[in-house]
Amino acid sequence: MTEPVIAIRGLRKNYGRAAAVDGIDLDIHRGEIFGLLGPNGAGKTTTILMVLGLTESNGGTVRVLGEDPIRNPLAVKRRVGYLPDAVGFYDNLSARENLLYTLRLAGFSHAEAVTRIENAMARVRLSDVLTHKVRTFSRGMRQRLGIAEIIAKGAEIAILDEPTSGLDPHATLELLDMIRDLKADGVAVLLSSHLLDRVQSICDRVALFNRGLIAMQGTVKALGEQVLGASHAAHVEADGVDVAARLQDIAGVRKVEADGRGWKLTADRDVMADVAQAIVQGGGRLQRLATAEPSLEAIYTRYFEEHKDAA
Amino acid sequence: MRREGSPFTGLGVVFLKEYADHLSSIRMRVLELLMVLAGVGVVVMVILNVRKTVQRDDFLFLNLFLYQQEDSAVPSLLGTLSILVPLVAIGLGFDAINSEFNRRTMSRILAQPIYRDALLLGKFLAGLCTLATGLTALWLLIVGLGLITMGVPPSSEEVARGVAFLMIAIAFAGVWLAIAMFFSVVFRSTATAALCALGLWLFLMLIWPLLVPIIVQMVAAPDPLAARVGLLSDSQLNWFLGLSRVSPSSLFTDASLVVLQPQPEATILRNPTIGMLTQAQGMVRGGALPLNESLLLAWPPITTLIAAVIGVFAFTYVIFQRQEVRA
Repeated sequence: MTEPVIAIRGLRKNYGRAAAVDGIDLDIHRGEIFGLLGPNGAGKTTTILMVLGLTESNGGTVRVLGEDPIRNPLAVKRRVGYLPDAVGFYDNLSARENLLYTLRLAGFSHAEAVTRIENAMARVRLSDVLTHKVRTFSRGMRQRLGIAEIIAKGAEIAILDEPTSGLDPHATLELLDMIRDLKADGVAVLLSSHLLDRVQSICDRVALFNRGLIAMQGTVKALGEQVLGASHAAHVEADGVDVAARLQDIAGVRKVEADGRGWKLTADRDVMADVAQAIVQGGGRLQRLATAEPSLEAIYTRYFEEHKDAA
Repeated sequence: MRREGSPFTGLGVVFLKEYADHLSSIRMRVLELLMVLAGVGVVVMVILNVRKTVQRDDFLFLNLFLYQQEDSAVPSLLGTLSILVPLVAIGLGFDAINSEFNRRTMSRILAQPIYRDALLLGKFLAGLCTLATGLTALWLLIVGLGLITMGVPPSSEEVARGVAFLMIAIAFAGVWLAIAMFFSVVFRSTATAALCALGLWLFLMLIWPLLVPIIVQMVAAPDPLAARVGLLSDSQLNWFLGLSRVSPSSLFTDASLVVLQPQPEATILRNPTIGMLTQAQGMVRGGALPLNESLLLAWPPITTLIAAVIGVFAFTYVIFQRQEVRA
């Protein structure tokens, strides 16, 4: 495995007596999308600010591309792009002028900044509004402009804080596509979110934050096994038979729950063939049978149900 | 822990952006219009009156800055500036930092490879340069009007004194800019910051001059002999001087009067406190002071103004460095 681009060890941050972040370890590698999940106030944004060197930690170490963001913040910030929660731009300036300002701050010459901005704006499909004032931009366009800034800067790490919050479904999908494009360029993406189904669709690995600690981290599938105690999930719709009873009888099935028009079942192994057989043999009509990844939402909900006293 | 990299990385970029913003903003247009109208109005009045009363004054030209009609409510140009300059400076500085938070641009800007130093200093210098640009334009306008209407060219000494006055005015503007920026760092709401800055200005402008004599009466021992002839005792005078100079306006007026009025007698008439100083330093009364002596006399208030700029800015800087970036 290659050297991680972000390595966090025992990181702590106190506000007064309350610990916002209470000793976390995290490794993020080049070309992966890593999701920080958790309720509001769990320490996600604080962690991000410490990675950027915008907030000083009270203990532990952070290494970003081998540099210490507190000691050498300029070297870190030169190579890291940041899209804050509810990003803001100067409304009285055009999109180009806004990016020009940040790129000039990042140390690019005027001519180079202009070409970089044009390329980046084409990537996020905002070329036609390059010279429009940002005040006319929708929320989704502002987020895309923020992504364009990261692309134009040529960042090796992109840190996105709640990138999809407040966006309509279409804008969300567009934005997620752009985040995937970043990954395809070899950029390590660290994003925080509480919109779980969206995050699940693009994250390679996630970390579940709870009260300043990382409760769990790993792939969504691994977390599913850990929390739900089952690695396989399926959705069944059928009629003409007592579906729930039939399903319960199959070896390996852990749980069957009514879910809208059908049933949701979780199992230790792949039981698809057995399910089909059980329904058909029972004389029922199988209308729909689909595998489902253990949903992050289910993991999340279950985890916080189990740790209600802690959370 | 020592941090690496220069704190001035990006200073030029911030400065140019803020300077351009100021010069193109509608707010600046309004403030400029206000200054030009007030300045030109006062000068026109001065010129009309100076023409009527032929004076034996060697420094006729400097009258432009000082002349005040007897029994008139219209203040001299100096008085007008001591009111207008703080207003313009507050207008430029009150939303310097908090507007970045409100627009949610702060964390995005600070995520660029610059230190906070560059942002704060860049904004301050841009504001100061804007004020200097405005004041210099006004100064040139006044001198130009004077040349045309009075037909008497200023002597080189008058020009030098005029330039010194301009510098003092810029330092004075810097104090209020720093104060306005201080409030913009402390308060997240731009309205609160503006109100506090204006409140402080009004207090120092209107209430403080009324309070000073009362405080002096309370803290300083009166001298019965001096009181009999209606004068202040030495300790009362010291207290009076010290307290009234808490207000940047009085520092500005003191320094400007000394620079613009070479005849100590005139200075004494207008401002008894400075007259005392002149006497204390054993100056010859009657003749005009040479330029370097005037500057020497004006030096303490000038350095105090500059020290106030640096002091307030440093305090603002410390608070800004400790501030949380998250909005």
